[in-house]
Amino acid sequence: MTRFLIPLGIFGALIALLYAGLYLNPREVPSPLIDKPAPAFSLPQLQDPGKQLSRQDLLGKVYLLNVWASWCVSCRDEQPILMQLVQTKQVEMYGLNYKDQRADALRWLEMFGNPYVASVSDMDGRVGIDWGVYGVPETFVIDRGGMIRYKHIGPVTQADLDTILLPKVRELQGTQ
Amino acid sequence: MRRVFFAAPSPAAFSAHPRQEHILSDALRQFLRALCASVAILLFTGLSQTTATAATLDGIDLPEQYESRYKKLIDQLRCLVCQNETLADSDAELAADLRREIREKMVKGESDKEITEFLVARYGDFVLYNPPVKSTTLMLWYGPFALLALGVLIAVITVRRRGRAAPPTLSAAHHQQVQDLLRKQDEGKGS
Repeated sequence: MTRFLIPLGIFGALIALLYAGLYLNPREVPSPLIDKPAPAFSLPQLQDPGKQLSRQDLLGKVYLLNVWASWCVSCRDEQPILMQLVQTKQVEMYGLNYKDQRADALRWLEMFGNPYVASVSDMDGRVGIDWGVYGVPETFVIDRGGMIRYKHIGPVTQADLDTILLPKVRELQGTQ
Repeated sequence: MRRVFFAAPSPAAFSAHPRQEHILSDALRQFLRALCASVAILLFTGLSQTTATAATLDGIDLPEQYESRYKKLIDQLRCLVCQNETLADSDAELAADLRREIREKMVKGESDKEITEFLVARYGDFVLYNPPVKSTTLMLWYGPFALLALGVLIAVITVRRRGRAAPPTLSAAHHQQVQDLLRKQDEGKGS
């Protein structure tokens, strides 16, 4: 009887590993920037290109940085959820308009709503590269000290907000 | 089946011994030779340096001195979008952006190490096509060898154990049956 237990045990362990593996998403690349200072940037604002917005300006508050673009289809899925979120006034959201045309971006905000306090235009994607952006949409949670505390890959769902993002935001807002 | 031009000649061409019956038929052997040749050709071209296509240079001139270094480097980095392609092969826009960054950095005089560190700082180890040997990747690098060694060990132990076991003994009745069968066979051959 014991002879069979060892291969059975190995088999069971393998099955457990494979089962866990099924729930991992291979497309999600973990960000090495978590708990590191948010990369500095200074970009023209989308709606007021004459003015620049930099990371310095945002120190001292907890905020979300949402990477979006008018050519991004999944961004439309998360848009209503983001609109709802900012209406509750729990946290401010800024937008990084990634590799987009200004006219298209403005039109998109008109059509779908503008949840952002301000959006900045990253025309050539260099700031995106600094932040480790490899797809759109992505959402970063940044604390008062300007440190990135969480990166969400893909569109934000209500469940993501309730279970991950909002608790994180509240935690960051409360402690400091 | 087209005969592969560098296939070895058949033994009958050189030796004086009569052509022996082969385990594999002629057609099967030719097929296997062609298959091995194709695999060898594929492996060889895979290992050779990638030539820079128009896509990898994105229509922008890179000074000659950097070209081979650049080609080598982009072949070692992963495209984050199409994650099973290198930066050299990928058509994704992010790949083009990263290639641009790499070219600019090379011209500025940065070393390969500095450029890879720049990318790893932003995208993590995943951007390296060959995962680095770290404590977290030891299983990945040495796991297969460890499993192979374990498998060989188990095989050796099992074979040894079986060898040591006594040969099966026949009961007297079975022994008699075997004798009768063997006798019948001998009688059959004789007649």
